[in-house]
Amino acid sequence: MTSSIRFFGLLGLAFLVFAVLLLAFGKNPLKAYVDIFSSTLGSTYGFSEILVKMIPLTLTAVAVAVPSRIWLINVGGEGQLYIGALFATWGALTLSTLPAWILLPFISVLGVLGGGLWGSISGILRAKGWVSETISTLLLNYVAILLVNFFVFGPWKDLESANYPQTAEFVNAATLPSFAGTRVHAGFVFPLAVLILFYFVLSRTRWGLEMRAIGGNPEAARRSGIPINGYITLLIFIGGGLAGLAGMIEVSAIQGRLRPSLSPGYGFIGFLISWMAGGNPLGIVAAAFLLAIVTAGGDILQMAHGLPGSAVNILNALILFVVLSRQGGKGGVK
Amino acid sequence: MTGSSLQGLLSGSIIAGTPLLYATLGEIIGERAGIVNLGLEGVMLMGAVVGFSTTVQTGNPALGVFAAALAGALFNTIFGFLVIERRANQLASGLALMFCGVGLSALLGAPYIGSQIKGLNEIRIPILSDLPVAGATLFHYDILVYLVVPIAILVWWALFYTRWGLSLRAVGEKPTAAFAAGKHPYTLQYEALFIAGLLGGIAGAHLSLAVAKTWAEWMTAGRGFVAVALVIFSKWHPLRAIVGALLFGGAIALQLQMQARGVPVSPFLLDMLPYLLSLGVLALWGGARRYAAPASLGQVFRGTE
Repeated sequence: MTSSIRFFGLLGLAFLVFAVLLLAFGKNPLKAYVDIFSSTLGSTYGFSEILVKMIPLTLTAVAVAVPSRIWLINVGGEGQLYIGALFATWGALTLSTLPAWILLPFISVLGVLGGGLWGSISGILRAKGWVSETISTLLLNYVAILLVNFFVFGPWKDLESANYPQTAEFVNAATLPSFAGTRVHAGFVFPLAVLILFYFVLSRTRWGLEMRAIGGNPEAARRSGIPINGYITLLIFIGGGLAGLAGMIEVSAIQGRLRPSLSPGYGFIGFLISWMAGGNPLGIVAAAFLLAIVTAGGDILQMAHGLPGSAVNILNALILFVVLSRQGGKGGVK
Repeated sequence: MTGSSLQGLLSGSIIAGTPLLYATLGEIIGERAGIVNLGLEGVMLMGAVVGFSTTVQTGNPALGVFAAALAGALFNTIFGFLVIERRANQLASGLALMFCGVGLSALLGAPYIGSQIKGLNEIRIPILSDLPVAGATLFHYDILVYLVVPIAILVWWALFYTRWGLSLRAVGEKPTAAFAAGKHPYTLQYEALFIAGLLGGIAGAHLSLAVAKTWAEWMTAGRGFVAVALVIFSKWHPLRAIVGALLFGGAIALQLQMQARGVPVSPFLLDMLPYLLSLGVLALWGGARRYAAPASLGQVFRGTE
């Protein structure tokens, strides 16, 4: 209990340091924070936007949490999200005549497959003992975003939208329906199902036990016959697939088409969330809620306070600093 | 390919390879002391923005380089505090440092977007610069380009031929043994990270002061991560890093040359080259890697508890 009070105190410190920084740049930090919280939590619309952001954030966080069970660090969520969106877009554009009840599940599977295969490149490289998954997932982020740019500026460019680099708009059958008046959409069932499944597999199945064994002592796990390399490839595939699903959700429900500015860094923020939560499913929801507010806050700082959009990364980093320095003695994500 | 385009490619490789080499040398020193720093990207960004803004304010690019080096070193010390003092996970702390650098540099650099500077002067070496072919490519650079190879040699000498370097490498290989031998692992690691920060800052400054001569958000575009890959490519050896940086600089230069010549390949595909090359060589090097890496790389020294 005292440790959690101390944790919130330290989180407060992160917000305080950011406030001092805003002050140093001639902004009023109090007004900035009031703006952020009133515009997100103060209105139904603002709150619904937080829920909308929590959908991809929860998925990209689980995308990091799943491989981290065996100490794998997946920093490729952003790239996996883009490739998931790319695959889903292919499905939505080429099979646009199918009815929604076939098309939506189909492009969801495509999203998972795209992100998963992209992640598997890193998984295989790691399982072979060739390249650390941390560095390969990082590098592949850049490649993935360039690949999406290639399609959006090139072969898939919508000729009707003149100078805008974007694909044609999805048909209705490829769009996740949203609830009256808000942008909250049916995609929310995905993170819910994923979290429940994640919890269930970890605590109630043999696979969860074996993952804990690998995480605890890989050598002992290997000697007791647990296929470690299989787990490495599979868990990064699953992680990538979940990030890819987030990409499918973004193109289908939010953007309605594929654009280069698909994500405001959901993959990276998911990484932060997973580390904050220590891989705990409920913790992921709580951290996703906080970080969704911070992400929305980034837009507000940009629009109302004239700060560059990426300045909010400082706050993200400060929060992560606090989390990391607290987990240090214990060795990080368990 | 004609002679002139080959020349252009070579000089392009040298220019693009220089910041990579500075960054790689810094990372090598840190990793030799047992610390992986993925925050190099953030350190470079801080160097780039501080170097650029100082140059705009003072009109003196040399001052810009100094300020950038100092900023990089101080910034890297934050990372040092986390991984040394708080024993935080190095990979995740490095990424946190990267986020911090991305945000802070955007904030600091916002007023300077679109500012113009003259940048670092080209220094012509008398006689050599007038040589017909080689002169035009090899002897027309700013001071940081000329200095980078001597600095690489200096780092090599310091790591392998001084008592300090021996202690540093001992800490990276087996900190408990180094500690038992009377060394101070934490002090040495702080020193290593400080120097790594200096070099990372200079790398960033070279990007903004000599290569781009402008400031743009996230202008390093992953070069910090490419440098981390280069460390593995060069097997943690400063002299091998020279070759690596030239090769990777070549990948960046090739892409620019092809775009300039209107080769009908999408620029987005060409831009992938440095990242794919990094992955490719890492995969090829994979087998040999574990024998070359400092034995305690990434692990936390917990003293004698």
